[in-house]
Amino acid sequence: MIEKAFKGDARYYGWLALLMGVITIGGLCYIYQFNYGLGATGMSRDVSWGVYISQFTFLVGVAASAVMLVLPYYLHNYKTFGKITILGEFLAIASVSMCLMFILADLGQPIRALNVLLHPTPNSILFWDMIVLNGYLFLNLLVGWVVLTAEKKDVPPPKWIKPFIYLSIPWAVSIHTVTAFLYCGLPGRHFWLTAILAPRFLASAFAGGPAFLILLCLIVKRVANFDAGKEAIQKLVTIVIYAGLINFFFIGLELFVAYYSQIPGHMHTLDYLFFGLHGHDQLVPWMRTSVLFGVVALALFAIPATRHRDDTLGIAAILLFISLWIDKGIGLVIGGFVPNPLEEITAYYPSFVEIMITLAVWATGFLILTVLYKIGVTVKQEKAAGL
Amino acid sequence: MDNDRRKFLKIAGLSTIAGLGAPAAFEMLLKGEAPRSALASAPSHGAAAAAPAGKQYGFVINTKVFADMPGLANKCIEACHSIHNVPDFQNKKDEIKWIWETKYHNAFTVENPHLAHNVEERNFMVLCNHCANPSCVRACPTKATFKNDDGMVLMDYHRCIGCRFCMAACPYGMRSFNWRDPRGVDKETGRPFIARINPEFPTRMRGVVEKCSMCSELVEKGGIPKCVEVAGNTGAIIWGDLNDKNSAINKVLAENFTIQRKPELGTQPSIFYIV
Repeated sequence: MIEKAFKGDARYYGWLALLMGVITIGGLCYIYQFNYGLGATGMSRDVSWGVYISQFTFLVGVAASAVMLVLPYYLHNYKTFGKITILGEFLAIASVSMCLMFILADLGQPIRALNVLLHPTPNSILFWDMIVLNGYLFLNLLVGWVVLTAEKKDVPPPKWIKPFIYLSIPWAVSIHTVTAFLYCGLPGRHFWLTAILAPRFLASAFAGGPAFLILLCLIVKRVANFDAGKEAIQKLVTIVIYAGLINFFFIGLELFVAYYSQIPGHMHTLDYLFFGLHGHDQLVPWMRTSVLFGVVALALFAIPATRHRDDTLGIAAILLFISLWIDKGIGLVIGGFVPNPLEEITAYYPSFVEIMITLAVWATGFLILTVLYKIGVTVKQEKAAGL
Repeated sequence: MDNDRRKFLKIAGLSTIAGLGAPAAFEMLLKGEAPRSALASAPSHGAAAAAPAGKQYGFVINTKVFADMPGLANKCIEACHSIHNVPDFQNKKDEIKWIWETKYHNAFTVENPHLAHNVEERNFMVLCNHCANPSCVRACPTKATFKNDDGMVLMDYHRCIGCRFCMAACPYGMRSFNWRDPRGVDKETGRPFIARINPEFPTRMRGVVEKCSMCSELVEKGGIPKCVEVAGNTGAIIWGDLNDKNSAINKVLAENFTIQRKPELGTQPSIFYIV
């Protein structure tokens, strides 16, 4: 099936070339960071994780969201998702790949990365995160490929694949739960130390991931003439609305606990993120944008007139994706370090090198996604055309 | 028949494995007992209160003495940083520090608008707490940071992958990272980041975490931590085994009211302050 990835029009190759260009620039920046050290980024001893780890955290959610298609389709035999389940699985593959790249980019000694396997340490959540992420990557590669191959040959998928499909469902939940445990199990970081972090991660993932899928479906419809079907997209919209509402409900719970209890440690980071703390308000515009975009997006998703039109639906998906990306990809990780354990406030601004490496990882993810979608969509179209 | 038997044995075997393995794994996770170094095999004293069998070295810092003897703290800090080849980058972003002074509300993060003036103006020495139940050791994915048999929390600079999970896990902000090569020189001035290298202690490379080692390299040769040595007989810093009932440090602790940094987090810090 790989050969399908090589047969495309000029637009397809142009897009790939653009991505390769970004990857090349980011790759050069990474060589610089590798030689100089992580000092090439904007991180410091106070804000010791930055955009790399926050992108990683966000993308684990996008990866996990594939379960929102896999579960209805395979477990409840919801046929409407038949055409797009593969898109969800392939999105998961691209997202997990990006996660792994972001972790590697963030390591001070990347050539020692395999020490995690050489000295396995089960009391470290990072050890478990490595297991669940790689396991999820494997499961989605296996299931996606086997099911698509069967479809191409016009035979039902082999029976032995079923257990892997069923396993991938709880596994999707596990990747985001374990990723939340990285944060919420740490004493002394009040903002992260909340039992609701894992559910919040999942809710935001199940809103943001499907929103992104809606967007991808709209794009694929335009550029590849592959229509996911109105019913499938509208069902995704319903999922997005509920998950989005639950996500904002959870954020509301956090705000209530902090501001009603009036415990300073619980309020500080929220103050910093939404109102500014001791004059430090660099993230306030971002977080308020996140809230605004989230509310507008959910409204566009919910109002019948806008949810049934491709253009307004696309805008809603973009707005919600940006909203949740800011919330998790900026606020959650960076906010957790402010104030630091000595009640000091250190600002963090990603450096040029750091931003280029980040863009390059995203570009690599999109490259993987494009190639996989090209293969998947071509197989489905050829089958539909009776070739 | 045979087939059933095989199935039964399979299931029995699997459940035995699950039964044996799972509780042990759970216990480790739940108790949060950080396993010691891969090399150390001594009985765990992860939770000092529960298992006072091993040693747990710690400090008493008498802030009154430091307040009465200006300059003493800086001598301790400089001595520590110079024997441990701690680089000085002269900028906050790359900063590495093992021991330094801060204010009361920074060290203890307690809000008290009516704090006594002399305490509010006083400096408090902060360094790694060498917790009896350290969250950093629990978080490390490679056992690059571990507790040794003296209860010291140490770093293996050759194993650290630089993921900085320990920095996020430390509730005291006591860990630093080598954002750039500490062995290098300032490009503009040609000033080496380590003014004078002490050949007795390793310099680090970029990309690894470091922090106070309680001078384990000196203690294992029968010595005492450098800051304790510099403080001398002023009584500013008392150092000893907290698990030894007859130690001098326990005598000081029994006779003086002391406070720890964030004891409510359950990390059991081994530094006690006389205010």
